[in-house]
Amino acid sequence: MSKILMKGNEAVGEAAIRAGCLHFFGYPITPQSEVPEYLARRLPEVGGVFVQAESEVAASNMIYGAAGVGVRVLTTSSSPGISLMAEALSYIAACELPVVLVNMMRAGPGLGGILPAQGDYLQATKGTAHGDFHLIVLAPSSVQEAVNLVMRAFELAENYRNPVMVIGDGMIGQMMEPVEFPEPAVGKPLDPGDWALTGCKDRPRRIVNSLYLDPEACNRHNFKLTAKWQRITEAEQRSESVYLDEPCDILLTSFGMTYRICKTAADELRAEGIKVGLFRPITLAPFPYQACRAAADRAGRILDVEMNMGQMLEDVKLAVQGTKSIDFLGTAGGVVPSPEDVAKKIREVLGSAPAKNASPKPAPQKKRKDKERA
Amino acid sequence: MASTEVLMAGFGGQGMLLSGKLLAHAAMEKGLEVSWLPSYGPEMRGGTANVTVCISDKPVASPYIVYPRALLVMNQPSLEKFAPRVKPGGLIVVNSSLVPVKSDRQDCQVVYVAANQVAQQAGTGRAANLVMLGVYVGWSEVVSLESTVRAIEEEFAEKAKFIPANVAAFKAGYEEGRKARGAKS
Amino acid sequence: MKKIFSATPLLVDRPTHYCPGCTHGVIHRLVAETIDELGIRERTVGIAPVGCSVLAYEYFNVDMFEASHGRAPAVATGAKRARPELIVFSYQGDGDLASIGMGEIIHAANRGEKITVIFVNNAIYGMTGGQMAPTTMPGQYSTTTPGGRNVKEVGYPVRMAELIASLRTPAFVARAAVHSPKEILRAKEYIRRAFSYQVAGTCFSLVELLSICPTNWGLSARESEKWLEREMMPYYPLGIKKEPETAEAEVKRG
Repeated sequence: MSKILMKGNEAVGEAAIRAGCLHFFGYPITPQSEVPEYLARRLPEVGGVFVQAESEVAASNMIYGAAGVGVRVLTTSSSPGISLMAEALSYIAACELPVVLVNMMRAGPGLGGILPAQGDYLQATKGTAHGDFHLIVLAPSSVQEAVNLVMRAFELAENYRNPVMVIGDGMIGQMMEPVEFPEPAVGKPLDPGDWALTGCKDRPRRIVNSLYLDPEACNRHNFKLTAKWQRITEAEQRSESVYLDEPCDILLTSFGMTYRICKTAADELRAEGIKVGLFRPITLAPFPYQACRAAADRAGRILDVEMNMGQMLEDVKLAVQGTKSIDFLGTAGGVVPSPEDVAKKIREVLGSAPAKNASPKPAPQKKRKDKERA
Repeated sequence: MASTEVLMAGFGGQGMLLSGKLLAHAAMEKGLEVSWLPSYGPEMRGGTANVTVCISDKPVASPYIVYPRALLVMNQPSLEKFAPRVKPGGLIVVNSSLVPVKSDRQDCQVVYVAANQVAQQAGTGRAANLVMLGVYVGWSEVVSLESTVRAIEEEFAEKAKFIPANVAAFKAGYEEGRKARGAKS
Repeated sequence: MKKIFSATPLLVDRPTHYCPGCTHGVIHRLVAETIDELGIRERTVGIAPVGCSVLAYEYFNVDMFEASHGRAPAVATGAKRARPELIVFSYQGDGDLASIGMGEIIHAANRGEKITVIFVNNAIYGMTGGQMAPTTMPGQYSTTTPGGRNVKEVGYPVRMAELIASLRTPAFVARAAVHSPKEILRAKEYIRRAFSYQVAGTCFSLVELLSICPTNWGLSARESEKWLEREMMPYYPLGIKKEPETAEAEVKRG
């Protein structure tokens, strides 16, 4: 199939249909409204169901209901809307239902702004809602990768019966890039398996429930969910390392669209002979700690770049275990760091502490320095 | 070519986002890598609207570009805001039908085109955005005239009656772009 | 000997956790009998709320969800839209439906979701220990209205059946009580109609059931029945509030 030029938000909607997801429940919010708009048009064409909910609270409970009766289901939103969905996500994770949601992040906190940001990293990966559970979180850095990861998200959700979030930002939602979709035009439906509520014909009744009044039973359920997360952690980490065939002066860590900006900065400085490497997690959760550490081991020092105030930075620190100096460049509020901003920061960091080889060196004290020893 | 970027800016509704899409589409059909990144604001109409199109023979790294190779502007605020950022040696195309001032950039080629009048002569005053696109394509030849015309035809496939005037406006702009290129070399 | 009464096969044979004198058991039975009589057990999915009937999923012998507080109509929407062949009902109390879940019930009704809602109104929060509900009567004591419900501070009780019946979308909306055999028979008839409309794919249906809570009202069961009749029934009139046939006619008239 040939490439077509498509907005990220619309591509996300089409990818869901290609994955066989014919049910969407959602609520408009900038900058992701093109997803519901696209699916409102497309789903009826393929015999699917589109419902505009009265709120994100309702939308997230609708996907709970739809997943519980064993259909493939999608919702999409942006930061404040995801906060409203948090409660239902805890129930969905507790009930082990497969759903996929997309967060096209905008600026926060509060009403924040409608422009791109990455301020929901910690919410997505650590503290989505109450209780011990994890979302699988996938972060595309191009429209094509958004398509691939939305489709992969449904596989992961169903393989592990766990909610999966694809996390982008307003930029990837609003930008157009060429994309290719796999055939067939509409994927096969979900097999409702031995858990979905399909009516108790010729079988004992089933219950989708997260209430465990017996503390021992609740304890066991938490251990079961944790064991599942351990399996996911072992099998599903994905990341990309670039320009690390040889040791580098500095490693840029970033995710999503920020990676693309870092890539331009890296290419520019590499043309000048400054060795810049790149690492990005594709699975924000489970975070690829070992791969991040291996990338860090190739580098003199690290610059973490994010459109937030230093959220993934915490995971980079955990990966690096204090073996390298880590600097941070962050923007928020819809301010996107330019490749020039990144290049300038690299020069500044290397100028203040030149790292000509890959051996760790103590960095001088300076502001915004995030150096740690294990 | 290696890679290039063009920023197209104006008021919402002037069609610069569409011009950018047509360029990206034509470049994609040529087998090039492209990105189309709009600015977006809270208003549906009347605010400023701009789009950055990156075209490359390698995968586009950052689609967010502060210093583009070329700039097409449909209003004075956009000229004032973005002209200082164009890379030296680059191109600035100003719609002189709507922008009464000149650019002070000496290190870029600045082309003034009365895009609204040119479009009117081509058949529709509403196609000034396609005149502007034509100037850029004619000047840069990043994509061919034919492939852009195909992109226009595809875009307007469901509103076929608009195709001839839009194509004519684009071609008129293209001629202006060729002339400007010739004047420079 | 002729058998004139037996346990409902649609209810799981186990003791419930409901307090002595509580009418949830009566309502469970009415719903279970109806599902049985309509022969729809094998395609029914129920949704339990948060509140006293949070464990309803333990008692109805059909596929069941447990929903978060107030969201049962949204869960029902997801389930019914995904599998329209299912018969989907939610079972909700007054805190769940009329307070925290007001948005979900109004919009599910207004969209005309083909679901059935069993709404139990006992004018109090039961499970959390007798706090004020949106349906608590003026002057009624609760643990959060120690001087009695002061309507100047917290407004008047919400009449959900009338509120939903005011929506233009066709629906079946009715109110019954379960404090006396006579009213229980009427309640059964409304519940049967509510499910029948869903079986026929006609419309959204909701039955509000005035119910007693001797424990939190601080009354005996017998006193509670009298209190319901004396205090609640004049404020919450029984009867059918809306029928799809009349609603359709109204819509046609414009």
